[in-house]
Amino acid sequence: MNNPYIVLPVLFQLFTAVLLLFFWFRVNTQRLITIICSLTSVGIAIWLFSEVYNNGILTMQAGEWKAPFGITFVADIFSSTMVLLTSISGMAVAIFATGSIRNARLKFGFFPILNFLLMGLHGAFLTGDIFNLYVWFEIIIIASFVLITIGGEKAQIEGAMKYVTMNLLASAIFLTAIAILYGMAGSLNMADLSGQVAQIENRGLVNVVAILFLVGFGIKSAIFPLYFWLPASYHTPPPAISAIFGGLLTKVGVYALLRIFTLIFIPDEFLSNLLIVMAALTILSGGLGAILQVNMRKIFSYLIVCHIGFMIAGLGIYTELAILGAIFYLIHDIVVKTNLFLISGLIFKLKGTLNIEKLGGIYKKYPKYALLIAISLFSLVGIPPLSGFWAKIFLIQGGYQEGQYTLIGFILLGSFLTLWVIAKLWSEVFWKESVDLPKKINVKYFSELVPFKQWVMIIPIVFLTIITLYIGLAAEHIIILSKQISYELMNPSVYIEAVLGTQIETP
Amino acid sequence: MELLLVILIGLLYAAGIYMMLRRSMVKLILGLILLGNGANMLIFLLGRIVKGKPPIIDSAEKMFTEIYADPVPQALILTAIVISFGLQSFAIILVKRAYKITDTDDLDELNTTDEIYE
Repeated sequence: MNNPYIVLPVLFQLFTAVLLLFFWFRVNTQRLITIICSLTSVGIAIWLFSEVYNNGILTMQAGEWKAPFGITFVADIFSSTMVLLTSISGMAVAIFATGSIRNARLKFGFFPILNFLLMGLHGAFLTGDIFNLYVWFEIIIIASFVLITIGGEKAQIEGAMKYVTMNLLASAIFLTAIAILYGMAGSLNMADLSGQVAQIENRGLVNVVAILFLVGFGIKSAIFPLYFWLPASYHTPPPAISAIFGGLLTKVGVYALLRIFTLIFIPDEFLSNLLIVMAALTILSGGLGAILQVNMRKIFSYLIVCHIGFMIAGLGIYTELAILGAIFYLIHDIVVKTNLFLISGLIFKLKGTLNIEKLGGIYKKYPKYALLIAISLFSLVGIPPLSGFWAKIFLIQGGYQEGQYTLIGFILLGSFLTLWVIAKLWSEVFWKESVDLPKKINVKYFSELVPFKQWVMIIPIVFLTIITLYIGLAAEHIIILSKQISYELMNPSVYIEAVLGTQIETP
Repeated sequence: MELLLVILIGLLYAAGIYMMLRRSMVKLILGLILLGNGANMLIFLLGRIVKGKPPIIDSAEKMFTEIYADPVPQALILTAIVISFGLQSFAIILVKRAYKITDTDDLDELNTTDEIYE
């Protein structure tokens, strides 16, 4: 079955980006086009999601080349969920950016590049070919390089040096892994590789390739010994850009890890122990790093690292229940992390600084905003019944069934450290008496903005908060969805059958 | 031929990693380029090197009966070369900007974003 329309999310982002290129200097037209197109792309993603949810896995063989030979695109329930979440946070960020990013930056092509980035993300989620995944990753990183350096401030350039170096290194390692994998299995189609890799007798080499993939994706998703570039760079670009990075770029690495390690390399004892140790140390180092920081966006950057650990823990435990927890956490984390970086942008516009020691008095002066922000902060901690709570329950239950008590300890410690950090943040930023800060001339404060710009900064935050509330209060829907995803991940035969078709002629 | 390529790839990887671990920004770029070329050669090598056997199928037959030169690795390398060309040109411009702004070639000096109080 060939369903060419499943690449529509990718094509639509490409169309939007190219359309925006024609209005390079007319930023107001760009704003309008971006808002309309991002709303449409959410519509397309919802349509794709419901199509996959009702009809099962849809595939598309590029150029009608039969499955293991051509490039395959696969929309299973996991990919289409990720596409939906990407377009939701993409829309929130695009709308927020129309108000928060200055015209000087917009004139360097912020909106087209943002759409290219979203196109790369959609492509990475939908592809069923490992080399094609590499190509989408490259599109993602080149777009993110431009976004992180746009404006060219000193901090941005310094952060970008680390970001660029580590991402190029990760790509080289990823390419090396693909080279050895192709040499061993003679295929690039992920569904085909699943069967081919299982038959290879040289298990030592298979494990080496698996570790290479782990390192390559590990750098991108910022797990324990490979995360140092993230807190050094994510706080440097404007908040809208940090939001799309923090919400999605590390998660695409996690997605790739979940996909590769459930489909191609089934973790043996060594690999799952390694994943568990890495997960525990990721949680610990991210949590401890966050305690130390005073810059709000750096705190959130370290919390990204900390919470990546929860998802890797789910992969390490490797039972259906634990993967369910990891998927639920992934869904929750994309929405909440995007929202937190947008919130940091709002607070910067309100006060002109992000140093939590200087901030204060937001609760007294802006009680409505404080309530809005509190929902996201609390769901990040995982206070029931908000969204973070449900995911952790499944992770802990999964760990308990497998007897991973140390890992459960680390998960609880990670939640406790998050609680500590968020409590500190809350009391410093919201409850502490406010001090009069000197007015900065180069900052445009929130009260000085035109009402339109004020609204486009508030609406995305409200929108993402509503989604967070939905994930928490209607957790049953998300649990059913995550259950189906984890079932499909743990039983890859459905995926393989959908891609290769039932009758394959073997020579 | 294979042995020669193996040694060359090993050298490229080793030199690339060594250059990346140096403190100079220019050497960092050189290291990335060497590493990328090493990866490309590795794809070429692992696609099995066959001499004088193009992948053209006889009209009387339905599938290949003997060994042939695999065209896929070459397509992969071509893609990878184009991508790495773009990324490396970006990285070179970035290093130039970084040198202009920070006035140093030493990577250890670029640590202001890691400090708690900036």
